[in-house]
Amino acid sequence: MKSAVIVFPGSNCDRDAHDAIEKVTGHKPAMVWHQESDLPEGTEFIMVPGGFSYGDYLRCGAMASRSAIMPAIVAHAATGAPVLGVCNGFQILTESGLLPGALMRNAGLKFVCEKAKLTVENANTRFTSHYEGGAELIVPIAHHDGNYFADADTLDRIEGEGQVVFRYGKNPNGSARDIAGITNEQGNVMGMMPHPERAVDANHGGTDGLKLFESLLGSA
Amino acid sequence: MKAKIHVYLKPGVLDPQGAAVAGALHNMGYDEVTAARQGKLIELDLTGDDADTARTRVDEMCAKLLSNPVIESYSIELE
Repeated sequence: MKSAVIVFPGSNCDRDAHDAIEKVTGHKPAMVWHQESDLPEGTEFIMVPGGFSYGDYLRCGAMASRSAIMPAIVAHAATGAPVLGVCNGFQILTESGLLPGALMRNAGLKFVCEKAKLTVENANTRFTSHYEGGAELIVPIAHHDGNYFADADTLDRIEGEGQVVFRYGKNPNGSARDIAGITNEQGNVMGMMPHPERAVDANHGGTDGLKLFESLLGSA
Repeated sequence: MKAKIHVYLKPGVLDPQGAAVAGALHNMGYDEVTAARQGKLIELDLTGDDADTARTRVDEMCAKLLSNPVIESYSIELE
């Protein structure tokens, strides 16, 4: 599977994303600078990594979502290809309109950095097919703005369509309905605040994120 | 020309920062504060002197970048 990791000024999980993808797929992803306007030929999977693009100025992910590479990502997503945004990447995907809702300041106003317990709410997606439905995972979180917000109608709709993929066991940030990760309606774009790319090596505290990348590889 | 843009959270959107500000004011004895909402003020210096054009362009900037329609509204003042 040919992958690309998008790099913005202030990205800091781009290398973790690179290593996780290489570990699972056996191929190094292309690292694509945000000022490029094209993806490398043959790109299948795009990962928008975590970090603090543009210093989180204005709104988290706002300026990154208007960068030169974004139209190519939106066009790629429209073909049904998989796009994963983690943490700041999730914020960028909501800001770009690829995913519904918005990520707001944590309800407790503090940066949270801990291992979060997650439940797999929908194991029938191309990002989660290697997990059991209802499985409990431990995946690190590290964010200041992970409080998922959408209006009640949108929340009901995404719940009804199975777009809520991960939920927190214990809500760390005030997120609506304990939501930790969602997909778009078509199921090929996913955003999540927890960091699966930081949970792929037992030496780093756990491997519960591995199956996410294995699911993607299996679906390609 | 100068444009002043107020960006504020829509009614119904929880504002934890505003709530913390209201809590701090209560702790200081300002019991008359029943709620606080925190927004942003963005000032732009613009070339040109046609107010209608400026308003149209700034409105577009607000819709495309300066506000997020999912959670925020805005108002524009030109001077």
